[in-house]
Amino acid sequence: MTVIPESDIAGSQTELELAPGAEPVARTNWQLFRRRFFRHKLALASMVVLFVLIVVCFGAAWIAPFPKNETNLLIVPGGPSAHHWFGTNEAGQDMLTQVLYGGQISLKIGLAVAFFSTVVGVVVGAIAGFFGGWIDQGLSRLTDLFLIVPELAILGVAIQRLGRSDNAFIFVLAALGWMYIARVVRGQVLSIREKEFIEAARASGASGTRIIVRHILPNCIGPIMVNATLAIAAAVIAETTLTYLGLGLQPPATSWGILLNQAEGAVTSTSQFYLVFFPGLFLILTVLAVNFLGDDLRDAFDPQSHH
Amino acid sequence: MTDVDPTDLDTFLLPDAPAAMVAGETAPLLSVRNLTVQFDTDDGIVHAVDDVSFDMVANETLGIVGESGSGKSVTSLAILGLLPKGAHVTGEVRFRGENILGINDNALRELRGDRIAMIFQDALAALNPVLTVGHQVAEAISVHHDLSRADREARVIELLDLVGISQPDQRYKQYPHEFSGGMRQRAMIAMSIANDPDVLIADEPTTALDVTIQAQVLEVLERIQDRTNSAIMLITHDLGVVAGVADRVVVMYAGRHAEMGTVDEIFYEPKHPYTRGLLASLPRVDRRVVNERLHRIEGQPPSSIFVPSGCAFHPRCPYADLQGLCVTEIPPLVDLEGGHFSACHFAKTLDERIPPHA
Repeated sequence: MTVIPESDIAGSQTELELAPGAEPVARTNWQLFRRRFFRHKLALASMVVLFVLIVVCFGAAWIAPFPKNETNLLIVPGGPSAHHWFGTNEAGQDMLTQVLYGGQISLKIGLAVAFFSTVVGVVVGAIAGFFGGWIDQGLSRLTDLFLIVPELAILGVAIQRLGRSDNAFIFVLAALGWMYIARVVRGQVLSIREKEFIEAARASGASGTRIIVRHILPNCIGPIMVNATLAIAAAVIAETTLTYLGLGLQPPATSWGILLNQAEGAVTSTSQFYLVFFPGLFLILTVLAVNFLGDDLRDAFDPQSHH
Repeated sequence: MTDVDPTDLDTFLLPDAPAAMVAGETAPLLSVRNLTVQFDTDDGIVHAVDDVSFDMVANETLGIVGESGSGKSVTSLAILGLLPKGAHVTGEVRFRGENILGINDNALRELRGDRIAMIFQDALAALNPVLTVGHQVAEAISVHHDLSRADREARVIELLDLVGISQPDQRYKQYPHEFSGGMRQRAMIAMSIANDPDVLIADEPTTALDVTIQAQVLEVLERIQDRTNSAIMLITHDLGVVAGVADRVVVMYAGRHAEMGTVDEIFYEPKHPYTRGLLASLPRVDRRVVNERLHRIEGQPPSSIFVPSGCAFHPRCPYADLQGLCVTEIPPLVDLEGGHFSACHFAKTLDERIPPHA
């Protein structure tokens, strides 16, 4: 038997380790996220749609063919044409311009409500789920209390009191919309805090706040994102509904809800379908895109998903 | 570590001796005195740990052996104050002479992970699935130390390298599920030694691993001890592991200690019928007899709610005096010879005693 000198063994080992293509390829979080995300074509399409909607609406000052609310009584109200793509309404306003400016308010309300209700919901849910006991009891009953409130009625009354501004909408919708996320997050935290890695974090000396922020919440990103996107859709729809019912924003402010409200008479008339169609189309596009996006975000945020 | 320095025998303490009795540098880092843990449940009081005492000194590996439910893990959680709120814990846990049992949570948090760290059994469950391994090791450091990002990263890579993870600069960006079982356990060890703890509690660190990987992980633990001089508490039900790495052994049964001594004493001169039963039931390569079946200890481990009277082992013990002491009195832990303790009424005469029920 020949004895292999130790240096040889060591040498062959290093060679093995450095063999081309054999190095472990570490992917960053962002790379993993991107790879998985782009596999979902629907999500990608949704993102493009949402991006375009946000750009054209918030860039309306540069993109819209006419100034905001410009009335031109010389224009005969009419359907889509080369000059007025989305047609014009009774007041002689260009509908494309109005839909774009209206989107500014509707999207702003949707995004802001989603942001604030998510923040409040996550904080309440995480505290309730993690600390349990009477803290959980108190916060959960508070959540229940907000859930049984007749939302539409409260919204209507509160908007009247606070003034019919978009900021009032954001405040009231966020105040009435955080409970769903709070419940989801509480449930998630309840299950995750029993995991062994939380005990390991405790054994490493981490404080309660640190455990919540660094160890538990990263595990809840998926459900939080899904709910946040659903909240965008819900807020846009709530604004439209209330405004359509005449309880929300009022001209000269403009939103998709206001446009639908103004087009009320057109619902029955087949010749003026475009007054309902275009604001409605933008509304539906937004809600659909946001929902598809939410679904796939959950997958994209899970480092262990393999499809 | 199996070679026990004979002078170490002098560091053994009577279970009730105050820590101050030990002189100078051999003073125990961690001493547990009369630790008792009970849980109130709907079915009754669970006696998880009952009057357990032991000491740990620097650079020593203490093996704690026992079957499931014998109170090994509860003992370790009690030391770190990690038991659920419903647990009644009494006794003393002294770390460097100061009682840390029942001190407030903030003070305890300073010690956890910094001076006393823990390695968990199932590394896959004990690592956060959505954070990279490097991030988690860095977390363990930043809980206790304010380091710059670059310093922390350098330290993490150093730690991963120390526990034998190849290409640590690549590996630290990976997630736990991208690691193999042995690698995960190494990462877990890297986390626990991040702050050079004085005491390392390893709760069945090799149970979930195959034998080859087991040996590697134990070797990593040994290497770390050489560097940091920490005291390691090795909780396991694997006698082979204990024989390989421990200096001293505590054998636990039904939440109490059965026997305590050096590895050689426990393995070559066991003075408790339970220890004898355990050793006899080990498969042996050198004494293979055709058609011979493995020895087993008759009966079932006792319920920790209805612990048998007297010696908890008496219903299963071949040596027990079922009309006398064994049934009526809890055997005290007696020092047989310079640090070899046994909690058996017949410890001294066990060799001559003919098993009445064998």
